[in-house]
Amino acid sequence: MRVGSSAVGDLIVPSPLRGEGQGEGFFTTGNRRCLLMTTRAWLLADSPTSRWQASAGRTYRVFTQLLRNPLSVLGGVIILVLLLTAALAPWIAPYSATGQDLANRLMPPSAAHWMGTDELGRDIFSRVIWGSQITLTIVLLVALISAPLGLIIGAVAGYFGGWVDKILMGITDIFLSLPKLILALAFVAALGPGINNAVIAIAITSWPAYARIARAETLTIRNAEYIQAVQLAGGGPIRLIVRHILPLCTSSMIIRVTLDMAGVILTAAGLGFIGLGAQPPLPEWGAMISRGRTFILDQWWVATMPGFAIIIVSLGFCFLGDGLRDVLDPKSEGKS
Amino acid sequence: MTPLLAVEDLRVSFPTHSGRVEVVKGISFTLGRERLGIVGESGSGKSMTGRSILKLIRKPGLVTADRMEFDGIDLTALSEHQMRAIRGARISMVMQDPKFSLNPVMTVGEQIAEALLTHQKLARKDVHQRVIAMLEAVRINDPERVAKLYPHEVSGGMGQRVMIAMMLIPEPELLIADEPTSALDVSVQAQVLDIIDELVRNKGMGLILISHDLALVSRYCDRILVMNAGTIVEECAAGELANAQHPYTRGLLAAMPTIDEAREELPVLDRTQWAGT
Amino acid sequence: MSFEPSTVAPAPSPGLAGRKARRRAGTVLGFLITLALTFLGLLAITFFIGRVVPIDPVLSVVGDRATQAQYDAAKVAMGLDQPLIMQFVTYVGNVLTGDLGQSVSTGRPVIEDLSRFFPATLEMATLGILIGVLLGVPLGVTAAARQGSWVDQIIRVVGLMGYSVPAFWLGLVGLAIFYARLRWVGGPGRLDIFYDGLVSPVTGMILIDSLLAGEIDIFWNAVTHLILPASVLGFFSLAYIARMTRSFMLDQLGQEFVTTARVKGVPERVVIWRHAFNPIRVPLITVIGLSYAGLLEGSVMIETVFSWPGIGNYLTTALLNADMNAVLGSTLVIGAVFIFINKISDVLYRVLDPRAK
Repeated sequence: MRVGSSAVGDLIVPSPLRGEGQGEGFFTTGNRRCLLMTTRAWLLADSPTSRWQASAGRTYRVFTQLLRNPLSVLGGVIILVLLLTAALAPWIAPYSATGQDLANRLMPPSAAHWMGTDELGRDIFSRVIWGSQITLTIVLLVALISAPLGLIIGAVAGYFGGWVDKILMGITDIFLSLPKLILALAFVAALGPGINNAVIAIAITSWPAYARIARAETLTIRNAEYIQAVQLAGGGPIRLIVRHILPLCTSSMIIRVTLDMAGVILTAAGLGFIGLGAQPPLPEWGAMISRGRTFILDQWWVATMPGFAIIIVSLGFCFLGDGLRDVLDPKSEGKS
Repeated sequence: MTPLLAVEDLRVSFPTHSGRVEVVKGISFTLGRERLGIVGESGSGKSMTGRSILKLIRKPGLVTADRMEFDGIDLTALSEHQMRAIRGARISMVMQDPKFSLNPVMTVGEQIAEALLTHQKLARKDVHQRVIAMLEAVRINDPERVAKLYPHEVSGGMGQRVMIAMMLIPEPELLIADEPTSALDVSVQAQVLDIIDELVRNKGMGLILISHDLALVSRYCDRILVMNAGTIVEECAAGELANAQHPYTRGLLAAMPTIDEAREELPVLDRTQWAGT
Repeated sequence: MSFEPSTVAPAPSPGLAGRKARRRAGTVLGFLITLALTFLGLLAITFFIGRVVPIDPVLSVVGDRATQAQYDAAKVAMGLDQPLIMQFVTYVGNVLTGDLGQSVSTGRPVIEDLSRFFPATLEMATLGILIGVLLGVPLGVTAAARQGSWVDQIIRVVGLMGYSVPAFWLGLVGLAIFYARLRWVGGPGRLDIFYDGLVSPVTGMILIDSLLAGEIDIFWNAVTHLILPASVLGFFSLAYIARMTRSFMLDQLGQEFVTTARVKGVPERVVIWRHAFNPIRVPLITVIGLSYAGLLEGSVMIETVFSWPGIGNYLTTALLNADMNAVLGSTLVIGAVFIFINKISDVLYRVLDPRAK
């Protein structure tokens, strides 16, 4: 068992022992620790013996590095809480999301109603909890539609080059230079209000960024020797793109998607606010703010509370995205 | 006579994950109006030594010294403000690569003039004349035209001469040249060093020439310090280099090819000989 | 002293100036072509949106009870029996001659509505970008110069807020605090009701119009109404501009030529502004241009909150009334301005930077 590079040593050997020679530190630690380190050493091995070991090791490294950055931990926790809240909404929410209680309308925040009640006496806290399901659905659907769409368009453009590339990238560039929000608004106006159409409209406006990334990544690896080897072995373009090129785009794609999620949440909330997204009585956060507008001067909590939920969740994605970028793509640190 | 520069127990350290790491570990030397060479491999702390004399080590880095006196002035006690009056005007530094060390959006002339105007109030016409004269002194033909060029429009060798002009125009007493030729074509290296040498001798300045190149340092310097891993392992007159005692210096010398080379393979440094020190 | 011809850059030959001019002309031509293509793309998208609307455009004109003959006649009259490509050509022709159709809700040509509402948006966005630049650039520079200090931390937080706070929410909270509670600013709208309509529009921008008319009271009243929505917009551009400035500056401050300036004994203030800041002025123009274009977009949300009679408010009203001509017209105009600012700042970058060859 050998401790490899010094970066590995950093993780394994407790810092007071460093500098006295890594081997020494290794043996002076106790038995139990040694066992623990065996698992770690297996994860961090310089020459993994299986594909599974390699990817497990990489995940472990990314994870430990993420844990060192308090902000990305916070971001991760926020996203985790969002997932749990959405999954457990029926058990967490003290009241129904739509149940009206006109006797208790527009009550300020209190022990019974943590965030107060709205104009129909509905508990705002419960509505915010239920609303997390809608937000999560929108975010996931947009990511699931636009990221693969962008990936494929970019990979195809980069792989084939020539006219295919010119045309696909021309379209991408046109989309990129148009205002996203306005375009989404126009699409929703044409398709009709509602969550599904909002998701489609947002996805239509957000794929071009992914296409650019995928194309750039594809160009850097298109002429790599192992790609030529696959071609020589008779691998067709579809097999090449799906099995060999797309997997290499995933890390930059994950960063970008995570960072973009904050924007998606804001756009979705904006559509809801204007009245083109989720329709009442659905407890969508943007639509809730819109309802609270009327009361903003006297009953401030109706409009303010859902806003805090939006901010916290968006920040969570920002923090996590920033952290992921620092770990997976240290070169681009600090750039927009 | 007091020396121009006296350094005692200079230490430079940087924080890392595993505590502070010293890159210069307590070195001492003095310098008169002479040419001192500091040689060593990358990471030996020679550049850090040069920069700490100008107190240019930025924040997380820490510089301490029992004594660091320049012309009787205690540099360690000077404030940032007082230090600025020394930088450029009395101690100056030529840096490695003109591609990076010249401001890309200021003309060559503006940058040289700035070095002068930072320390002296002069009329515009006088400044222009001094700049042109200085460019001539570093052997640039057609200085009027070159003064109007941007750094990306001049070659590496000319860029480095511009750098020298900029650093010498306020007439400092000590010049630190930190690898002044290692980014240049071999063909212009000697020209640049000759210019430095000539100007330094004519003005009776002190010179610290920092380099990894033993042959070059022994040619242009009077005295040589050999640095390794943050300490000075050898100090000798340039002519005495062949008689160096320390195994590191001997190793470096042995690794230099000569013109009538008969060896199949150049020896590799055997670090175990001095690792204990 | 004559040993160096190889190291001297070639003297400018007489043809150099001409070549430079030609290169610049090439840049401008390429710029115009991409600009035209992007506009065409925008038109294609709005055309597409107009045609995929599930609402039958013919039906919305003739009504449900029209006979098949009436329906067909209307279809021919509207040119909808033509192949799609011909319809698109007609559409482009119409747009180029300023015909964006009639608005169903106002009954006026869309182009007329837009030219009436646009100045209000422009006024707000311009004040917003001024706030963003005047605060954002110095803050970003300071944050970079004192990396890790409290200024830096604040810029970090503000930068992240810019990505995670909904603009419409910030506007509402601003109204609740500064208008309802503190009474520091005017409420929604451009003027208090009793000042409304006293100044006849010349430029359409109320600050300028009131000054032209010599109505100082109205000017100040307009300022109190404009300051909050413009500050909300300004906050978002500040967040973006400060973040980008900081990142550019950190990049510069790590450069060797900054150390050179320090070696020369140049004061730190000069090191920061002359040596580190000057090289980033050109990329900053692009950032500011992008931010300005983004504010035109962001004003849609803000105008709804502040009942601001601008193009954004016009657009949202049209959206809710399914007034497609007005929607597509506003989309076209905002999109066109957005593209134009975008591309202009891009080309400025190439013309202004001495390093760009």
